[in-house]
Amino acid sequence: MAPIFRGKAWKFGDNVDTGQILPGQYLTLTDPHELAQHAMESIRPGFANLVQPGDLIVAGHNFGTGSSREHAAKALKYAGIAAVLAESIARIFFRNAFNIGMAAIPVKGISSMVTEGDQLEIDLHQGIVINLTTGRYISFAPLPSVMLAILAEGGIIPYTTKLLTQERGINV
Amino acid sequence: MEQTITEKILARAAGQEKVSPGQIIEAQVDLVMIHDHQGPLTLLEFAKLPVKKVWDPEKIVIVLDHRTPSQTPQAAKNHRALRDFASVQGIKYFYDIGEGICHDLLVENGHIVPGMVLVATDSHTITAGALGAFATGVGSSEMASIFARGKIWFRVPETVEIQLEGELPLGVYGKDVALYLLGKVKAGGLDYKALEFRGKGVKNLSLDSRLTLCNMALEMGAKNAIFEPDEITLDYLRNRTAKKFSVIKSDPGACYTCTIKIHLNTLEPLIAEPHSPDNVRPAQEIEKENIKVDQAVIGTCTGGRYEDLKIAAYILKGKKIAPGVRLLVVPATRSLWLKASKEGLLDIFIEAGAIVSYPCCGPCGAYGMGALAPGETCITTGSRNFIARLGSPEGKIYLANTATVAASALVGKIVDPRSYL
Repeated sequence: MAPIFRGKAWKFGDNVDTGQILPGQYLTLTDPHELAQHAMESIRPGFANLVQPGDLIVAGHNFGTGSSREHAAKALKYAGIAAVLAESIARIFFRNAFNIGMAAIPVKGISSMVTEGDQLEIDLHQGIVINLTTGRYISFAPLPSVMLAILAEGGIIPYTTKLLTQERGINV
Repeated sequence: MEQTITEKILARAAGQEKVSPGQIIEAQVDLVMIHDHQGPLTLLEFAKLPVKKVWDPEKIVIVLDHRTPSQTPQAAKNHRALRDFASVQGIKYFYDIGEGICHDLLVENGHIVPGMVLVATDSHTITAGALGAFATGVGSSEMASIFARGKIWFRVPETVEIQLEGELPLGVYGKDVALYLLGKVKAGGLDYKALEFRGKGVKNLSLDSRLTLCNMALEMGAKNAIFEPDEITLDYLRNRTAKKFSVIKSDPGACYTCTIKIHLNTLEPLIAEPHSPDNVRPAQEIEKENIKVDQAVIGTCTGGRYEDLKIAAYILKGKKIAPGVRLLVVPATRSLWLKASKEGLLDIFIEAGAIVSYPCCGPCGAYGMGALAPGETCITTGSRNFIARLGSPEGKIYLANTATVAASALVGKIVDPRSYL
């Protein structure tokens, strides 16, 4: 997966929990396209239909807090979201995002430098977000190399497949 | 170099003599668990991997507790898939519907021992740290990877020391310690940290209160929460587990990233108001606002244990809940359900006007029970009061200790429980 993303920002506030991202009543669903239809529906009705492929989410503190439901990250990815940028990201959502092949990056100060609809560019390896609409930019702490490696493979399943192949000489 | 209990457990699991905060390690897991919410996705992802068998069927526990009994055709299919997987893979630790809430079953049935690494597809996995284990939650795909390799990467967390001094006053429990901390550090305020509860006050906390405290550390953002094993832990484990374990403790002089001191004697019953668990105020302040209660819940992996049922029964014995209140009582496990039945606690609840349910996760997230209409108010022993957690975004959820929930059901409005004890 390319380490550079460009897309339009959708803004959210603090403490957007996984239940707001994907309400609990849909947790028996397993088809990611069905999950995507319900992304953010309790706080932003119609969100799934408004998102264009490659769009980005910019949020406040503690994004993805709450339940470990991977359904939440999947719903965003299959709705078209390419990456999540937030002031801070709850631990399990952080891992889930990379594990399903979607970047989620804690960026202190991101909320105040982005207005909804701004075009952003993210360079994962350089650790920088540029607001193409305003010209402002901000840097973020580098992500652990294991997370970048998982993302580069497209998620933990292809990454694990590679590890298994190396470890056991399994042909895939 | 001196290490904390969390560092020692992770070093052992990584096959290293010592580890330091910030280091990335690959840890061997000792036990994993999936349930019927996140488990079905794990199975779908596992099927994509180039292996047929799990790494070790003895180390996998499967629990059906979220959508039980099968509430929709899709839930029934998910349950079927998990039953079939357990059978095909030879997974003997399978708890079918009605056995109870996964976190409580793991603890109660001796699956958890001090010093182990537990990883499960649920954020509240962190609860098991009360027994001195390293326990943390992951998502479904990561679990599929662990099913294949028995390993997971971790960034070794910095440890925050929570020094507990003194003893809890009447009407104040582990839940209030958790709410006090949340009010102080705020939701996500201790992101990715290990929380270690220490100090002279620990011996005054029951195991049930410790489980509740670890359970709610998740809302602070913690990776894990942990108590060093002590006499209370070892007493609990006696005759409960055949697993061998060694008692691991933090070294004197181990390095903590910061220390938070709590004098238990100074605490009072606390309540988290909508819509965040860190939105905390004293119950006695909220009582003055005459907040009418539509639904009261005693249950969940945060507050459905024996201690909770005993407190609720003490308050409700021989009394009737207020007209218009729906009180749901959901014991955490089947053995606890039976124990409460034999001791007459369930009779007390039924006579008081409560609805007594089979063990399940239901009313924590309106999984088949406990949904709110717009404008309704629920007070619960659970851990989450997020917007729309119980269905309607206009529903209001208050988090409180069990005495507060029981007393509020009795009065029909939110009250400070201390006048009812």
